[in-house]
Amino acid sequence: MPTVGVKRDLLFKALGKTYTDVEFDELCFEYGLELDEITSEKEIISREQGDSKASGASDVILYKIDVPANRYDLLLEAPRYRRVSPLSGEPQKLIITEETAAVRPHAVAAVLRNITFTQERYDSFIELQEKLHQNICRKRSLVAIGTHDLDTVSGPFTYTAKPPAEISFKPLNQTKEYTATQLMSLYKTDSHLRHYLHIIEDKPLYPVIYDRNGIVLSMPPIINGDHSKITLKTKNVFVECTATDLTKAKIVLDMMVTMFSEYCSQPFTVEEAEVVYPDGKTCKYPELAYRKEKLSSDFVNRKVGINESTETIARLLTKMCLRSEVTGVGDEIEVEIPPTRSDVIHACDIMEDAAMAYGFNNIPYTTPRTYTVANQFPLNKLTELLRQDLAAAGFTEALNFALCSTEDISDKLGKKISETRAVHIANPKTAEFQVARTTLLPGLLKTLAANRKMPLPLKLFEISDVVLKDDTKDVGARNSRRFCAVYYNKSPGFEVIHGLLDRTMQLLEVKSERGDGYHIQAAEEIDLKCSPFKYFFKVDSTFFPGRCAEIFVGGKSVGRLGVLHPDVITRFELTMPCSAVEMDIEPFLGHPAETTRTHDVPLHEVIKHHFPSQVPNSRPTSTKTVFGDVSSAAGLKALDDFLADKSYMEGFEATQADTTMFDAIPSAPSSTFPHLLRWYNHVKSFLRERANLPSAKSPFVLEEDDDDIDLFGSDDEEDSAEVEKLKEQRLAEYAAKKSKKPALIAKSSILLDVKPWDDETDMAKMEECVRSVKMEGLLWGQSKMVPVGYGIKKLQIGCVVEDEKVGTDLLEEAITAFEEYVQSVDVAAFNKV
Amino acid sequence: MSDAGVLETLLRRIEAADGGVDSLETASVLGVDHQVLVGAVKSLLALEDKLSFGKIGFSKAMSNKWIKVDKTHEGGPRIFRSVENIEDQGAVEGLLWLLSTSQHELWIIIETAIQLTTTRWTVKSYWITKGSCFSTTITKPETELTPEMIANDGGRDLRLRRRETSALKKGTSAKTWTLGSWKEKKFKPYNFEALGVAPDCGHLHPLMKVRTQFRQIFLEMGFTEMPTNNFIESSFWNFDSLFQPQQHPARDAHDTFFISDPALAHEFPLEYLERVKKIHSEGGYGSQGYKYDWKIEEAQKNILRTHTTAVSARMLYKLAQQYFSIDRVFRNETLDATHLAEFHQIEGVVADRGLTLGDLMGTLHQFFTKLGITKLRFKPAYNPYTEPSMEVFSYHEGLKKWVEVGNSGVFRPEMLLPMGLPEDVTVIAWGLSLERPTMIKYGINNIRELVGHKVNLQMVYDGPICRLES
Repeated sequence: MPTVGVKRDLLFKALGKTYTDVEFDELCFEYGLELDEITSEKEIISREQGDSKASGASDVILYKIDVPANRYDLLLEAPRYRRVSPLSGEPQKLIITEETAAVRPHAVAAVLRNITFTQERYDSFIELQEKLHQNICRKRSLVAIGTHDLDTVSGPFTYTAKPPAEISFKPLNQTKEYTATQLMSLYKTDSHLRHYLHIIEDKPLYPVIYDRNGIVLSMPPIINGDHSKITLKTKNVFVECTATDLTKAKIVLDMMVTMFSEYCSQPFTVEEAEVVYPDGKTCKYPELAYRKEKLSSDFVNRKVGINESTETIARLLTKMCLRSEVTGVGDEIEVEIPPTRSDVIHACDIMEDAAMAYGFNNIPYTTPRTYTVANQFPLNKLTELLRQDLAAAGFTEALNFALCSTEDISDKLGKKISETRAVHIANPKTAEFQVARTTLLPGLLKTLAANRKMPLPLKLFEISDVVLKDDTKDVGARNSRRFCAVYYNKSPGFEVIHGLLDRTMQLLEVKSERGDGYHIQAAEEIDLKCSPFKYFFKVDSTFFPGRCAEIFVGGKSVGRLGVLHPDVITRFELTMPCSAVEMDIEPFLGHPAETTRTHDVPLHEVIKHHFPSQVPNSRPTSTKTVFGDVSSAAGLKALDDFLADKSYMEGFEATQADTTMFDAIPSAPSSTFPHLLRWYNHVKSFLRERANLPSAKSPFVLEEDDDDIDLFGSDDEEDSAEVEKLKEQRLAEYAAKKSKKPALIAKSSILLDVKPWDDETDMAKMEECVRSVKMEGLLWGQSKMVPVGYGIKKLQIGCVVEDEKVGTDLLEEAITAFEEYVQSVDVAAFNKV
Repeated sequence: MSDAGVLETLLRRIEAADGGVDSLETASVLGVDHQVLVGAVKSLLALEDKLSFGKIGFSKAMSNKWIKVDKTHEGGPRIFRSVENIEDQGAVEGLLWLLSTSQHELWIIIETAIQLTTTRWTVKSYWITKGSCFSTTITKPETELTPEMIANDGGRDLRLRRRETSALKKGTSAKTWTLGSWKEKKFKPYNFEALGVAPDCGHLHPLMKVRTQFRQIFLEMGFTEMPTNNFIESSFWNFDSLFQPQQHPARDAHDTFFISDPALAHEFPLEYLERVKKIHSEGGYGSQGYKYDWKIEEAQKNILRTHTTAVSARMLYKLAQQYFSIDRVFRNETLDATHLAEFHQIEGVVADRGLTLGDLMGTLHQFFTKLGITKLRFKPAYNPYTEPSMEVFSYHEGLKKWVEVGNSGVFRPEMLLPMGLPEDVTVIAWGLSLERPTMIKYGINNIRELVGHKVNLQMVYDGPICRLES
């Protein structure tokens, strides 16, 4: 935000009113300005150069005001613009040669005639140039302004481009001539100018402006010549703007001349200059174009949410320096946009000025009537739910950056960067932002390292996105939602991490079984077994050899867990063993995550391109639905009830189920079915793209004839039929599997804790007694003695039982019968086999 | 004589004696080593854990400067005698401690005679008297109630109890059912001043707790969550489609992270792209446009998205909708205590026919009321893709001034109309960062302690639940 200094008393005089500092601050706020500082010239000098220098300076109070970036016209005191007109007569000429095309093709110019500079005006003139250079000129890259004492040079002027070695002149405030090449190295160390060198530095030709006698006016966008510099005595000013963007050059020129034409002998007049293009065409500048826009007061009222008369709105706009008149045609207002208001490019900009003049804080609050049913993004919903339960499982959530160093995701993990599919950042300021992370693990390890002083064990998790390159996406990359957890302690605790995985799967309703469920298996083993997949399953150097397992869900690998390699631990400045799990969670969404990452603006050509054969369905469709006949009021009523709390027939997005139902309804429903009507209108907006909506999960519309079910005649007809077939087959297999199951003998594996009376109980004898219990369908397994405390041990013994024959009660009863040894029996674990 | 025997004998002698007994004397009478008797005395002292006579003696000696501590001594700190003689015999007498165990069985007077005049000897003898709760049997007070005490008598277990219960039920036992040996026990008092044991549990990250609350607020207001899981975005969708000119400062390398691999996006909806190009370079839809040479090369450049508005833009065509998102955005900015290169942006969008500026303010009022912020005012601002744009300020009761809490605006028609939205549709939106309210809520001054690996886990462990409105 640029800041301008304004003399308070002058300002109040111009405003015709005085304010207290607080009142003035409030006033600024209403107009989007900010009273940054209340100071005086004396104070500024004493702060910057010391008290001694400040003694003679002025005490007049200055307001420093922050101005928003689109209101360049506010950069001067008492902001106002003036209608100016070019003088007649032979204009100054600026001839552009074609060499400029490659470096800085545009130039515009104007003349300020008979201007009177005072020190104050002169300073302000220089300050304005600098402000414009910094803001609208984009640090001189778009536009550079040169101002010259016209009486020291003579036209016509030539704007051309030359090799740097051939340009030689005495630059502003220097004592001798330099070539352009020398200047570039001279200004390398100049705190101000060095920021602009890059704009032309590596170009073969540098732009330069000469007068008819070969005097250099300027070498834009770097420096002006000393010869034509402006002084307090300067009477006539030649203003030139060279640019890479002509529109901006015109705006900048307009601003320069409107702001200072006030000090010309004929105030608010600017003398035109003629620009001659390489093709011989000519154009006169400055444009100083006044544009008229027409808009209705209703438009303003409607957009702002107020109800003011046309006259009032015209008055409000005029107050904002947009001269407005009521035309008398309806509620039309004609607004004049002055050349200084280059920010006004649409009626909405005018509407904003009206709203500001009305006062944002005077607009009454209203509530939109928009009726919607809220939905969560399924992936985020899953993430939210999982996070809660992982914390409940004793792990603490970490939150790491999505950006990191290349080293973090490669070398430190014992991997090559080429294996990672990482997205690289072109302009990182530090090594911390070289790539987007491809794994959550480094972040968690760094969190551990930063918290080594905390008591062990440290148990951390994070569920967040990583970024991977993916050619199928429009941008060539996609996010992937991951879950990662680490356990850091004196022992690796693989069982803890494994337990967390088991718990996670339990939360996700995935059973521990090969096939449809999940299982883990040694990562190396696969490497040996199936060579075609070697690439995917080769030994993971992040993990300790033999201590890494791949996690499979439904036969597909979703991640890994294991004990980290000691080298990895050391590289992250850790000292203890550590185990970790990392896996994708998107496969657990139930139905696929919204995959429409390609930008889904309703574009006819995209849709046409992919679904060329889509034709409106003209066939009469069945009106029989699961809600009854939707051509009858009863059927519609049932459907209306169904939709009362739903946006769509199924799930949280429009699917074929919606369009099918839409087709079934003969005509737009009446407003007596508000929910249905809302849904109907909503679904209507999808019809254009109906073919690429997800398919329906369940049939809502019942078929009258069953031979043809495809209503859309889309290209993927066969595909979907095949998919259907596959699905049916799967269902059949599943049903078969299910029906077989009860035929199997249900068995359970039980782990029993048998506790003795005291430390003197003969444990061997006790075990013998326990094992002496014999029943049909009972098989004793391994046992061990587990210390309980005070020298007392308990016997932990496993057994497998057939559920129908042996109950735990029976077993307990039988064991506790050995009263002299056994104090109690507990079931420590019970698992269905 | 066993230790237990000595203890018992000692107790009996104390009981019999008037006043008290001397430990040295008793030792010789009993014919045991004095140290054995000292052991017995100490075990009695242990019944009252408040006594720590050794330390008291030491500190007295220190305060009288009879001894000195040399901490720099080789092999650890050593204690040295600092006076040759203690001349004040009264002070030596002062070392005969009277230590009372007022609450319990014994009065024990401990006599400590530190023979400071002779270096070799340190003899401690004890003068032992009856305490207020004196008895010759030793019963340790119980620390905790145990299942056994509840069951009946310490040694037996639940099985026995079960059997007795069933016997009682059947009426076959005449034995009266008297549960609980706890009735005869004495229990040590609890120290209620101490803290409890911290539960073994996991914790959610404070920023995520706040995120959960913000999600909740949006869901309560009927806003649907947008899919924002795409950190990489093309300049086209991040800037151009939002009518942000290609020379805009925000598109500088100083502000935006550009991607070197994959550097360019390769797929655009062509017809829409043409419309965007036209609105930038020539204008249209009632707009003057920016009138510059729009380049596809600039639009193709991949970046780390600088806001989530690009996603909102893509969601807009579904009419009459309210959307929100809370996700990461990236700015290549200078870092300080409150700014990071990535932060979470909270964004709310409402699209409907005929929305007004008043609707935006009303919606913001509802939203901030749910955060516990009721005093709002709006300041005109500038943003390339909203017009009007308003900064939202709220009155901070603590700071006694207006502070900025968010940004808001109405999307420009130059952004909406090329997307194919009907002309009478207005889209209002607002945004704020998630980090700022979290830092205020949890009193964190340095953002690095909140986000990233330098997080202070203790802060995470200690964090309270998040209720934004309070």
